[in-house]
Amino acid sequence: MPANAFNGFSDYGIGIGLRIPHYRHILEKKPVVDWFEIISENFMVDGGRPLEVLDRVLEQYRVVQHGVSMYFGSADPPDREHLKRLRTLVRRTKTPWLSDHLCWGSVDGRFTHDLLPMPYTFAAAKHTAEKIRQVRDFTETPVCVENVSSYAEFHASEMTEWEFLSEVVEAADCGILLDVNNIYVSSKNHNFDPYEYLNNIPAHRVGQIHIAGHSKFKKYILDTHDHPVLDPVWKLYAHATRLAGVTATLLEWDDRIPSFEEVHREALKANRFIHALEAVATP
Amino acid sequence: MQPGTDASFIKPNDRLTSFERLEIYNRQYWFRILGCFYEDYPGLRAVLGDSKFERLARAYLAKYPSASFTLRNLGGRLEKFLAEEPQWAAPRQALALDMARFEWAQIVAFDGEARPVVEIDSLLGSDPAKLRLALQPYLSFLALDHPVDDCVLALKKAALRGEASNAVEASPKSGTRRAMPLPKREKIYVAVHRHDNGLYYKRLEPEAYHILTALRGGAFLEDACAEALASAPAGDWAEVVRKWFENWRQLGWFCVQ
Repeated sequence: MPANAFNGFSDYGIGIGLRIPHYRHILEKKPVVDWFEIISENFMVDGGRPLEVLDRVLEQYRVVQHGVSMYFGSADPPDREHLKRLRTLVRRTKTPWLSDHLCWGSVDGRFTHDLLPMPYTFAAAKHTAEKIRQVRDFTETPVCVENVSSYAEFHASEMTEWEFLSEVVEAADCGILLDVNNIYVSSKNHNFDPYEYLNNIPAHRVGQIHIAGHSKFKKYILDTHDHPVLDPVWKLYAHATRLAGVTATLLEWDDRIPSFEEVHREALKANRFIHALEAVATP
Repeated sequence: MQPGTDASFIKPNDRLTSFERLEIYNRQYWFRILGCFYEDYPGLRAVLGDSKFERLARAYLAKYPSASFTLRNLGGRLEKFLAEEPQWAAPRQALALDMARFEWAQIVAFDGEARPVVEIDSLLGSDPAKLRLALQPYLSFLALDHPVDDCVLALKKAALRGEASNAVEASPKSGTRRAMPLPKREKIYVAVHRHDNGLYYKRLEPEAYHILTALRGGAFLEDACAEALASAPAGDWAEVVRKWFENWRQLGWFCVQ
């Protein structure tokens, strides 16, 4: 189950994001890291230092691509230039799968650079699934779609978010990048049970899991990726791995980034849940 | 937005109104976009000061919202905007325009395309009257009315000094930073380029600038040199130009077409 068609039948363990403040440490100290996740858009450039760093990282490490601007849920078709650059990068990194979000964020050629929630309708699911298939076919790479954290819901929604996610991935025949922090954040903002979410998605399609920290405000929680993972999220992670199996796991820490050692140490905490699962599985 | 529009498509919850839920995204949008602007244009921010810089950024993005999947291109039309609506940078319009052009050139140099360098042997025997030389896409050649390269270097050094001293600083995205002292007007010609993936600025003689821009425009080598030197003061230009071309070749500026 962990190694499946949606993660290219790879058996990746715990990874962290490749971030600028850590470049020097990684290139000089060459720490042992199972894999790095890169933000595709940061390397969909024509030359210069970003690609130099990427190539040096690729010499030593496995890399998986994660996108933030494909906007599977936007009404516009996939941008041809974007697809070509993405495919060029896929060939460079040989990523076993690539991911982006179940959201919209652009309209009529204007970009918000945000991951905006969608109305959960059958029409939106059908349109989104078609775009995912186009991206998968163009890049010739398995695609996992990530659930986003959200702060707004639409009157037009015809189903729950987890029903919508399930509808999309079945129609697209794609994988899920299951972000358990996003499930927790959204569950608090929208008053639903996060375990009901996890229990009602196709677990066999989970190709990767994201864990992250968030920030609590008086009336809502914001997905800030600038804190360690909180206990309720770890518990959700444990439940997710029970359902989906031990799956490639990535800690997102994107703001107020501490030292490499601190980020990696936080990511490796996932091991205690993985080991607990393996202990139960071992006769 | 018309009053009530938010409530017509976004649900309220037990803690937030429809408008308040939408407002979270509005705040995040400006936080993200302005943050990108602060990172890409520290010199322009120093020229204008924080308040005017933010007003300029908001006005620019209202007219030219992001049209690219990457934030890297956010400032791609800023020079055009400043030329169209100079009032946002008044009274330092000319300096602001110079700085915006210079800082955009840095973005281009940072991750612009580098084509294979042309080999000198391939040019041997070529007729300069019929020879065109292509220049690396990541190069920018700027004619400016202010020494903004010196200003940016001074800003970077000040930032490094701040880091080295472990001084407690307010967030660069807040506070009441003063506008930079106005540099004197001085005509300069500068190339913004990269070498070994490091960013560099190189002052150029006026004649060198004109040769390079003519070559970039597709002029034949002989024509580019002749026109650039037509009104140059008397001197041994042959040796000077030879040294320029040797330097530019060593920097890898000439590339295949």
